[in-house]
Amino acid sequence: MSTASTDKNLAHLADFHDEVPLVKGNLKFHDITEIVSSHTEKKTPFAWYGAFSLALAGLMLLLGMIAYLFWNGTGVWGLNNPVGWGYAIVNFVFWVGIGHAGTLISAILFLFRQQWRTAINRSAEAMTIFAVICALVFPTIHVGRVWAIYWTLPLPNQMGMWPQFKSPLLWDVFAVSTYFTVSLVFWYIGLVPDLATMRDRAKGKIRRLVLGVASMGWTGANRHWRNYEKAYLLLAALATPLVLSVHSVVSFDFAVSIVPGWHTTIFPPYFVAGAIFSGFAMVVTLLVIARKIYGIENIITVEHLEKMNIIILLTGTMVGFAYITEFFIAWYSGVQYEQYAFVNRMFGPYAWAYWTMMSCNLFFPQFFWFKKLRRNVTFMFIISIFVNIGMWFERFVITVTSLHRDYLPSSWDYYTPTAVDALTFVGTFGLFFTLFLLFLRFMPMVAIAEVKGVMPEADPHFYDHEGDGHHAEHAVEPSTQQ
Amino acid sequence: MLNLLARDVKASMSIYDASEDKVYGLLAEFAHPGELLHAAEAVHEAGFRHFDTHSPFPIHGMDKAMGLGNSLVGWITLGGGITGLALATLMQWWMGAVAYPINISGKPFFAIEPSIPIMFELTVLLASLATAAGMFAMNGLPRPYNPLFYSKNFLRVTDDAFFLHIAASDSRFDQQATAKMLQDLGASAVETIHDHGTEEND
Repeated sequence: MSTASTDKNLAHLADFHDEVPLVKGNLKFHDITEIVSSHTEKKTPFAWYGAFSLALAGLMLLLGMIAYLFWNGTGVWGLNNPVGWGYAIVNFVFWVGIGHAGTLISAILFLFRQQWRTAINRSAEAMTIFAVICALVFPTIHVGRVWAIYWTLPLPNQMGMWPQFKSPLLWDVFAVSTYFTVSLVFWYIGLVPDLATMRDRAKGKIRRLVLGVASMGWTGANRHWRNYEKAYLLLAALATPLVLSVHSVVSFDFAVSIVPGWHTTIFPPYFVAGAIFSGFAMVVTLLVIARKIYGIENIITVEHLEKMNIIILLTGTMVGFAYITEFFIAWYSGVQYEQYAFVNRMFGPYAWAYWTMMSCNLFFPQFFWFKKLRRNVTFMFIISIFVNIGMWFERFVITVTSLHRDYLPSSWDYYTPTAVDALTFVGTFGLFFTLFLLFLRFMPMVAIAEVKGVMPEADPHFYDHEGDGHHAEHAVEPSTQQ
Repeated sequence: MLNLLARDVKASMSIYDASEDKVYGLLAEFAHPGELLHAAEAVHEAGFRHFDTHSPFPIHGMDKAMGLGNSLVGWITLGGGITGLALATLMQWWMGAVAYPINISGKPFFAIEPSIPIMFELTVLLASLATAAGMFAMNGLPRPYNPLFYSKNFLRVTDDAFFLHIAASDSRFDQQATAKMLQDLGASAVETIHDHGTEEND
């Protein structure tokens, strides 16, 4: 088939469905391979070294702070009675929440046949894995006696002691580690065909060997694709309830307790919506930069970003609705402790944190009602930063405001984090960006095989009745059902 | 008998035995997914069973064209899931109620309700790991050596090329006649693949 008639066909399809194609710029299969894999093959750009040094410095800071903590104990943090849970849990929930977007994109959007996910799923899944690693740092180091952390695992030991399965904290251990493992497996399975693509392009012997081992001898055989696609579908089906369960279990850490402000049944859905909200904001933050630097604006198009912004608008509004519901239920309950907890959030000593949260999470995303604004790359970047900040403050508000004024006024206190608290949190960004920059440098940041698979040329019936597009239109139908 | 079974299982993984003169099969290139699909249909209709198509992405309708049924990975997933559920239930009951019972606010040592989160997590965990492992096992991966890798042209299979491979182990395989059939089906190039083994002799 000639190029001209393919283009005509494409244009015809776009007109017919009034739908913008997922891949722009009339790219061919080979162009996708070239654009994505060339970034892992070229000489390391100078700017990458600059960014990587900065990230590495952050990682060193994290390791330094952890060493300092281990040497001195948790007294170096700003924790005391009544606030015994501070930055560690706030940061943990923050990072786990960010991780949710990756699995949502790779699993839930896959089940809903949202083909636009193919452009962003690889980097979002990578983000998930790295964010969960950052999250796992905090529960590990916050136990105080870090050498006893293995007590949380059901390992046979000389004390004849076993974990207490009635504790939500233990559910968390299982939920987050399962989430991490399944996300990693899902990510790797998606990577195999693309690693094979890079293997077949590899110039050096060592590179070919490493990629050859990593891609397991993948040859794109249809007998393999058959099992592969089924496995991918099953993993998506398994990961979908998993992604909803992880943050539900995280919310149980709070909701199962009897602290006013925590003991609410709305927590699981509200936490899940918040997690997806913050995760998508982080994906937008990262991809707005990455697509520019890596010149993949034709693959990760403004349409993709716009769709993510719509999800941010939706989940942000859901989160805002949950804030208001919580407040209503506190009033309606008639329990004075519950009512006080919420009035104290709004007008107490942490009102600044509450209103930061409210404005960043409920107010700012409302700008995305305007099509022009949600398609403006600079504007969405700013909003995504606001959302990241707002969602960190949400966890701060939930944790600290509920604890600092408990049932007994004589023990009330104002929690202030120390420099170690703050620098440890800053350090996790170093860890995150170290991993993310390594990913951008060495891995295909877009799912090459999947993007090719959603192009109209990938459908065998695209080529029937050359030029009239009669059969081809049928082929792209799933992608148009938004 | 057992050999035949092993041969068929290997063929389902796209692994074939070479003939005595070290011919592994014929590799034909097609221009686009549409041609490949029609060629696969025709090859299947001609009675070939030891053949496979290779493409940079999965092609819709190819399983049907090649006469392949539904993938059996789901059963492995189910097995993994049931194992996980059973393991989580047994573990929580034994550790909480038998090996190390602790009275916490008079709650029962073992009950279903607080056990549900971990039962769910381990079900998903083992089902996912079984799915991944089962998928690779059923595909015969990892497979570091594949005679197809001898073809320079085949490097493009993960980029933008579409191939149909008929193995020499198929009972209907005849080097000349099969090559002619592939050409008639519209193959742009037909190449004979030799299985030299892993020793470096060329």
